[in-house]
Amino acid sequence: MLKKIFTAAVIVAFAIILLKGYGFSGPDQQLNEVAERYAEKGPEEVGAANLVTAVIVTYRGLDTLGEVTILFLTASIIGFFLKTRREDLTAPPQVRKTSEILSTASRIISPIIFLFGAYVFINGHLTPGGGFQGGAIVASGLVLMLLANPLKTVNHKIISVVESISGISFVLLGVLGLVLAAGFLDNAFIGPGRFGSLISAGAIPIIYIFIGLKVGSELSGIVSNLQETQKEEI
Amino acid sequence: MIIKIIAIIIGLAILLMALIAVYNKKLIVAIVAAGVVSLFASVMYLLLSAPDVAMTEAAIGSGLSTIIFFYVVNKIRKNRKDHA
Amino acid sequence: MEQIGLSHIAITTGILLILTGLWGILTQKNIIKMIIGFSLFDTGIHIVMVGVGYVEGKTAPILDEAVQLKEAARQIVDPLPQAMVLTAIVIGIGITALMLAYALRLYQKNKTLDIQKFNDLKW
Repeated sequence: MLKKIFTAAVIVAFAIILLKGYGFSGPDQQLNEVAERYAEKGPEEVGAANLVTAVIVTYRGLDTLGEVTILFLTASIIGFFLKTRREDLTAPPQVRKTSEILSTASRIISPIIFLFGAYVFINGHLTPGGGFQGGAIVASGLVLMLLANPLKTVNHKIISVVESISGISFVLLGVLGLVLAAGFLDNAFIGPGRFGSLISAGAIPIIYIFIGLKVGSELSGIVSNLQETQKEEI
Repeated sequence: MIIKIIAIIIGLAILLMALIAVYNKKLIVAIVAAGVVSLFASVMYLLLSAPDVAMTEAAIGSGLSTIIFFYVVNKIRKNRKDHA
Repeated sequence: MEQIGLSHIAITTGILLILTGLWGILTQKNIIKMIIGFSLFDTGIHIVMVGVGYVEGKTAPILDEAVQLKEAARQIVDPLPQAMVLTAIVIGIGITALMLAYALRLYQKNKTLDIQKFNDLKW
């Protein structure tokens, strides 16, 4: 009983902090200075039609590098945790047979899902979407394949090769911006192109392709590591 | 106007699903309810004119994270059956 | 109804979702339930952040036929919170997966999911 009261007190205190912190003033009628700067100068400085992409890849590119590093760390820690008993896997585990419809459909739909993921991260500077969404879509394609065929083994070597090559390329492109243009991850070392066309916005499409591959392989690694625990004993 | 009414309905649905996720005794129901919270949240992002965030939440929050929860719970349930 | 903006609705929903998630973390005894509470907390924070960046009646920060290039600053919502939330969602799934992997190993070691049975650090 005392514990319940204490918990309720914590919740109420947290609610008061949140309400005071936001304050419930009226909604903003116009953008603040930073956002206005992005909206006015973004198209000519960066050249991406999607301003969210401009912020993620160029203005706050270093944050994105840190973010994919965190994701890499979590993926490798999960791999370290769950891989220890790989050798114990002797007898083929019993899994329920998947239905004919699922296994047939997954063979047709999975390549289309992968293609759609690639489309999303190549067009990230023009339409909603980008490397993170595209990577998540690629990983969902892998989930469909694993659901249709639970005994399939995912080749972790390919995943780690793709992951490290795209990570290194991401950093190298950033350094290239440092050498040839104004700063780390500056996209201006390739010509800006015509605003709103597929080949535009300097290096943003190339950087986003590598981010998409990196995020896709990391999420696929997490999912396949957790899926492989279904097969082992204990 | 109509958008605000839709937003209120979605907000209430999010809170209802969140309560189900916290209080339902069955883990499977709770996990699916948490996935539905993410799905409604992505509609909310769309109303707040954030299509990028809506795409990410729909693909990650309600797709991948639900399947990860299911893998772990399935493993634990199998274990419990073996040892019971 | 006129005074209540869309951002008010979103922020209220988000704050209540944060409180529901915190309540779940503090009261539930099953570890998986606590992780579910954490993911609700996460979603609540994201909704609040996107709601703070919303400007009444403006459109998405994508410059196409709907938005003139010269008038962009008066027609779009704030792109910065959206970019931050985008990365936060991806980090969120990494953290959730890590917590689930820990929970699985804890279960395999102690054969229980009840948080009160774990007294390794209790004294």
